[in-house]
Formats: sequence, C-alpha cells, structure tokens
Amino acid sequence: MVQISVNGKMIALDVAPDTPLLWCLRDHVGLTGSKYGCGIGLCGACSVLMDGVSVRSCSIPVSAVGRAKITTVEGLDDKVAKSLQAAWQKLDVSQCGYCQSGQLVSATALLRKKRNPSDADIDAALSGNLCRCATYVRIRAAVKEAAKALL
Amino acid sequence: MTTRKHNIQPSSRRDFIKLIGGLTLGFCLPGSRDATAAGATIADANAGVSAAFEPNAFVRIGADSKVTVIAKHLEMGQGVYTGLATLVAEELDADWDQVSVEGAPADAKHYNNLLWGPFQGTGGSTAIANSFDQLRNAGAIARAMLVSAAAGQWGVPAKDVSVSRGRLIHAATKRNASFGEFVVHAAELPIPTDISLKQAKDFIYIGKHVPRKDGKAKATGKAIFTQDIRLPGMLTGVVAHPPRFGSTVKGFDADAALQIPGVVDVVSIGNAVAVLGNDFWSAKKGRDALIIKWNDSNAFKLDSSEIMAQYNILARGPGAIARAEGDADTALRSAKKVIQAAFEFPYLAHAAMEPMNCVVRLGKGECEVWNGEQFQSGDQMALGQVLGISPEKIKLNMLFAGGSFGRRANPASDYILECARIAKAINGRAPVKLVWTREDDMRAGYYRPMFYHTIKAGLDAKGNLIAWKHRLVGQSIGTGTAMEAMMVKDGIDHTSVEGASNLPYQISNLTVDLHSPVIGVPVQWWRSVGSTHTAFSTETFIDELAVAAGKDAVAFRLALLTKHPRHVEVLKLAAAKAGWGKRLAPGAKGEKRGRGIAVHESFNSFVAQVVEVTVKADKSYKVDRVVCAVDCGIAVNPDIVRAQMEGGIGFAMSAAKYGAITLNDGVVDQSNFHDYRIVNISEMPKVEVHIVPSAKAPTGVGEPGVPPFAPALANAIAAATGKRLRKLPLVLV
Ligand code: FES
Ligand code: FES
Repeated sequence: MVQISVNGKMIALDVAPDTPLLWCLRDHVGLTGSKYGCGIGLCGACSVLMDGVSVRSCSIPVSAVGRAKITTVEGLDDKVAKSLQAAWQKLDVSQCGYCQSGQLVSATALLRKKRNPSDADIDAALSGNLCRCATYVRIRAAVKEAAKALL
Repeated sequence: MTTRKHNIQPSSRRDFIKLIGGLTLGFCLPGSRDATAAGATIADANAGVSAAFEPNAFVRIGADSKVTVIAKHLEMGQGVYTGLATLVAEELDADWDQVSVEGAPADAKHYNNLLWGPFQGTGGSTAIANSFDQLRNAGAIARAMLVSAAAGQWGVPAKDVSVSRGRLIHAATKRNASFGEFVVHAAELPIPTDISLKQAKDFIYIGKHVPRKDGKAKATGKAIFTQDIRLPGMLTGVVAHPPRFGSTVKGFDADAALQIPGVVDVVSIGNAVAVLGNDFWSAKKGRDALIIKWNDSNAFKLDSSEIMAQYNILARGPGAIARAEGDADTALRSAKKVIQAAFEFPYLAHAAMEPMNCVVRLGKGECEVWNGEQFQSGDQMALGQVLGISPEKIKLNMLFAGGSFGRRANPASDYILECARIAKAINGRAPVKLVWTREDDMRAGYYRPMFYHTIKAGLDAKGNLIAWKHRLVGQSIGTGTAMEAMMVKDGIDHTSVEGASNLPYQISNLTVDLHSPVIGVPVQWWRSVGSTHTAFSTETFIDELAVAAGKDAVAFRLALLTKHPRHVEVLKLAAAKAGWGKRLAPGAKGEKRGRGIAVHESFNSFVAQVVEVTVKADKSYKVDRVVCAVDCGIAVNPDIVRAQMEGGIGFAMSAAKYGAITLNDGVVDQSNFHDYRIVNISEMPKVEVHIVPSAKAPTGVGEPGVPPFAPALANAIAAATGKRLRKLPLVLV
C-alpha cells in the first residue's frame, strides 16, 4: 500500500512500487485527464503538478511521490488555471485535444510563477509539451490572453 | 485517401431530398441511442427527456429543446463535430448553445460517406464536402416540421411562423416558444419533401465564428478517448510484435511474465504475443518479460538504403503511364537547356499523440468496440470475418481520436483486429483494451511509403518550359487492399501520383509515369497522401526552372497557370500578403535569410504558402514566418480552416525537418520522440492564414495545408544559400 495526495485527497493504492504515477492515476485512481503519449518523459502529455511544478508523471514511480501534492488537470481550479482554460476555449486552441491536459498543466505552472511571460518564457516552459496537431500558435496566444485577463 | 472520384453525391437538390427522405423517422426514447462515453462528454444526450423528435438520422430534439447532432464523421482534431453541427444549426435556426454533438453508430445505410458510395468512414478531407447539403437538409427538414407543428397548434399559417436562435415566433400574435414545446407534435407530422435552403447572404453561422463544440471538454481533461475507456472486468492487453514485418511466433516462454503480479494471461495470436493484465503497467512488465522465438523465414530484411537503391535502378526504365501529352523526349532533345533532378522521400510514421488502441467486448454472436473509429464499414467487415459474426452485429462506438492523420483508417484494420484476436483467444471472457506503447506504434508499419522521383525538363531559348518528364517510384497504398479496385486503375494507384499527374502548369510535352514495386513494409495514407511527396518534387523543381529561366518564381508560375484560376488566386494572395519581391530584413551576423513559395491543389482545395527562413552559421535553420492562402470554397468555419492550416504547417514541418523511418536489416530504427522528432513550440513560426472568399461548395481543409510547406521551405533555403535540398528530411550539410 502506498498513499499519495491527489487533488487534495489522500489516496491509498495497492500497486507495485515501480508503477509510474501516470498509470496509478489512470488505471487505479480513475483520473484519465493525464494522458499517455511516450512513457519516457519526451512528450508532456502526462504532465501533472508536483508541489506546483510541472512534471512528467510517466517517469515518476509512485514510490517516489512521497508527501508531494499532486494536482492533475481535473484538480486545476485556481484563478490562473481557470483563466487559462477560458483562454483555451476562447481561442479554440484544442484540435484532437490529447496533449492539451498536459499543456494546461505546464501553462498553469508557468503563469503562477510569471504573470507576464515573454515568448522565451513560454518556449522554456512548454517546449517539453509536444502537440502533434501543432496547435502551438494558439497555445502561445492563449497563454498571453490568460496572462492579460489576470492583470 | 482519394476515392472522391466515385462521387454519388446527388446532383440536384431534388435527388437529395429523395435520398434523405428514406431516412428513419421515429421517436427516440431516452437512452435508446446509447450515449457513448465520448458522445456523452460533449453531448450529455437526452437523459431524462421524456420524448424526442428525430426527423432524420442526423438530428434529435428533446422536450428540453436540446438539439443533438449525430456526427457521422470521426472527430480527430479537424473540427468536424463543430462543422457538422454548424450545418444543422444554420438551417434549423437553432441557438448555438442548445446544440450538442454525438458520434453516429456504425450504420452505412444512413451514415455512409456520400463521396465513398455505400461506405461509412472519414478521410480524404471529405467530411464537410460530402455533408454540406446532407446536413443542411437535415436541419431544414427539422425546422420545417417544428414550424408546421407550431403553426398547427397556434392555428396560424406556417408561412407566418419564423424561427430565430432556437425560438419559434409568430409575430402578429406575439407568440414565442421553444423547440421543446412542439417536439411531440412535430414527430407526428409527415416528413416534408419540399424544403428550401438558405441563401448564403442569410447565413448566421456558416462563414462566421462559432466556438468549437469539443473545446470545453478538451480544456478540462474531460474529453474521453479510447485510452480512457474502462469497462467492468476489463483486461489490458500489451503485445509483443515481431522485430520484422512478416515474422510469426515460433514459440514463447511466458513463465516470467506470468510471475508478475497483475498479469492474468498470455496468448499468442499468430504474429504477436499478448500479455493480459489488470492494468497497463502489469501487462507491460509482463510483455517485457516474455521470451519469444520468432520465425523469420518470411520476414522482410532489407535496409531502407537498399530499398532506395532499388528504386533508383527502377527509375532508369519507363513505368506505367499516368499522364502523357505531346512528345516529351523529342521536345527535350530540342531544348536549349535541360535540367534534371532526383528526389528521395523516406517512410513516415503518423505518430498520432494517442498511440493506437482499441477496446473489444466479445459476446455471443455479437461484439462491441470502442475506438477512435475512422473506417466503420471496413472495420465491421474485417471484424466480422475474424470473429465469425455478421458485420451488422458489430457495434462500433466512435470516440474522439487523439489524432490520426490517416492511421486510424487502416485498410487492414490492423490494430482493431489485433484487439479482436486477443478477445477471441480468451473466448471473450473479459473485455480487452489493447494499448500500444509509443514504441509499438512507431514500429508497427503502415507508413507513408518511401518514394523516389526524377524530373527532367527542358527550356527553350526564351526560357519557356517546353518539356517535363516526371517518374515516380514507390509502393502502392491501394494494391492488395479492399480498396484496390477503386484506387488502382491501369496499373496506376491514383494516390501514388496525385499532385504529379494533375500538374497544373501548361506544358505541351509532358509525361508522368510510375513504378509500383511490391515491398514487404506495410504502407498507408498519411495526411495529404500522394501530395506529401508530389508537391515537393514539382514545386521545388518548378522553382529551380524559374531560376534557370532567369524569371521570378511567382511570375514564372503564373505564366504557366493560365487554365487554373484558383491556383493563380491563392498564389497571388500569398505572395501579396507576404510582401513577395520586397527585400527580407537581413539576419544577424553569419545568418542567411530566404523566402520561398509553393502552391498545390489537394482534395479539391488550393493552398499557397510563402515561407521565410533563417539559416544559421552552423547550418541549422529556423522557419520564421509562414503566410498561407487557402481556397476551400465556402469556409464553413473560417477559424477552423485557419486552425487546420496552422496545424497542417506544423505537422508538415516535423516531416520536413526531422521525419524519417529507416530500416536496418528489416528492423525499424526509430522508437519514440527522441529519434522520430516532432517540432515543439519554440520551433513554430508565425503563421498568417488568408482565406479566399468563395461561393463554391466547400472542400476539405484537414490535409491541404500540409503539401506546400516543405517545398516552400526548400525553396526558401535555396534562396538563402543557393543549395537545392532534394532529399527529405531537409538537412543542410
Ligand atoms: S507520456 Fe510522459 S512525457 Fe510522454
Ligand atoms: S491537440 Fe492534438 S496533439 Fe495537441
């Protein structure tokens, strides 16, 4: 048994300790917003917040989570995340949508730290979140739109 | 896919009404059409609604006034759920917010792709093109019936009842009611056969901005994909595929796999071994612990460089003629200047963000599938054969797909059958979810075929283009599939030569021929299909000829496009918006900048792009800006058209900069995004999209944004450096 904190709740899981956090969330907690894209930390589809930092949940064994607070896309509910989600819809960022949970998680981590990110800040924070549909033009615009709405 | 030639689209509105008149009329009881997980997330169906009005297979209106549009096409990112809903809402005069969308069941009688005959499926950028009349009619019929019902109840003439944003209105008596108030009466009325559609000037949604219907679900992590399906008792299957195409299982040792907690079973399905577990991670560990002996006697064992060498040899002799006009050989002999070039294109993986996956629940004489379902009729048939079940007993739940780019419309139903075979191997005792890892997905084949092209052209003394000989060598996508009869005519697979055999430039002596070698690497359509390579060779070579003729690249093209006004228009528009002819701002010290252009028609849409590139001192390059002009007829949702151009450009850029699947002794070299790279946000240029205003019937936009990008980029690199890159991916050395 391992206990982890997900979206503000403590959850007990009966899984092998090497099970990646991603698959705990998806197959055992029932939170499927975080996606599997590559399994080795290359695409960002599985991004979650770990104590506020965007991490690749596919590459973190559940045994390494410890007391860290995990927030998935389903648990994003602060002002920053809400304004990002509103901007995402306003600019119709999503195409297939499969990468977008991860994009929003990483964008939330960025905007919480930097309220007025430059293009370089956006590149640095989001270049680990791949989008095969290449919605990048709108991701950039939506991050700026959300930042503006938060001012 | 380009089966659009087989057009059974009714030629007149009258024929059309006949067609739609045969569709179901009936009441829809709550839950009678199962709201699948994907549908439910954005459709929230009609749960709790006591009666509903379902005038045809595409529209359902509940007593709560909710309008549900039944989408016959797969939403894989291209925005089709929104597009189809727009068409219905327009003619129904519904309020956009009252409209939701759910995926249609597999039922080719009602949901066939009108451009593919009796076949249900999505592809070839046909979704809006084939639905434009059909879904507007569906909306108009529903509207007319609601109007009649209201008029009847109010005792006023139907012609005096108007509809606006979801309200039925009789102005003279100040009556104003919702759709829901009349659904019971409307459902009892005969289906009208005499309806008229709106004039373009009266459109309230078509050509305007409406937000995507899937936007909220996708911005909150709530959209449901195949990967997210979990049925009671379901097992997850992870498979070991053979290292080479064509290998089979000789034997395997499952002891170690079965030791892993959570692993439930191990089964061989002939060309793969599947480990079934209670969750993905257990099953994957089990898969990795398998010891398998493969029988390689029929395996494909060439290197990709050996394949290319064979293509090179084939290209020395004539192939099957795809187009011949005048006498190219004689004209070449009389030419003042002859130029030739050869082009190499690698295999490409689709690499959709959601690796292929599928859920199968196998019952007695029936079966249910959850999938990003793109090829309903083909998949039903294939499943029926493998499972011994009649195709109509196979229920297909069409979920959102996390991208496809062609992959989920597999002519062999490959991953779907794999899942079905696993379910069969365990006698259907549990539902099975097949999950491919990224590595499985990358190595499973069905690639954009490798191609080798040569083009030889001649200019006369005045620099006029008088001869063109284009030879293509590459595998046929259609041969050996159920679509062969439709796709391959006289030895020419249309998808091999599209974009080359219909070269728009006026050249009196022109030959296009094709070799279609049979190679044991599975191939498939990949976003924009033949145009992924034909646009590149033709548009970079025409550029090269312009330089040789001492003419401007745009002017040279325009002079040869006298019979192609739509090419001309996008070419001029892109050039004008990009400031063609004006000097580019110079780059930093050691950097070279260049601008390139390309124009291409695919899937009956016309796109021109201007690319600006900066080549750095270390020979790397950065695309700074892309200006895109598109003519797709009526732009039903202009913002989605723009999104598809932006996305198509980014998708094309991954292939142009990095894309290559290579083989070593038949084994695929690539495995994941580190060796099959796709561009990230920092590489994405500024993109400006300009849509040509048009009253013509709408054509596709999912694919046509892809083809012009790579040639425009290569032309820009040539402008910057003088180097002509003719081998993909584009690498400066
Ligand atoms: S799935 Fe975790 S980074 Fe790709
Ligand atoms: S929206 Fe499809 S991968 Fe990003």
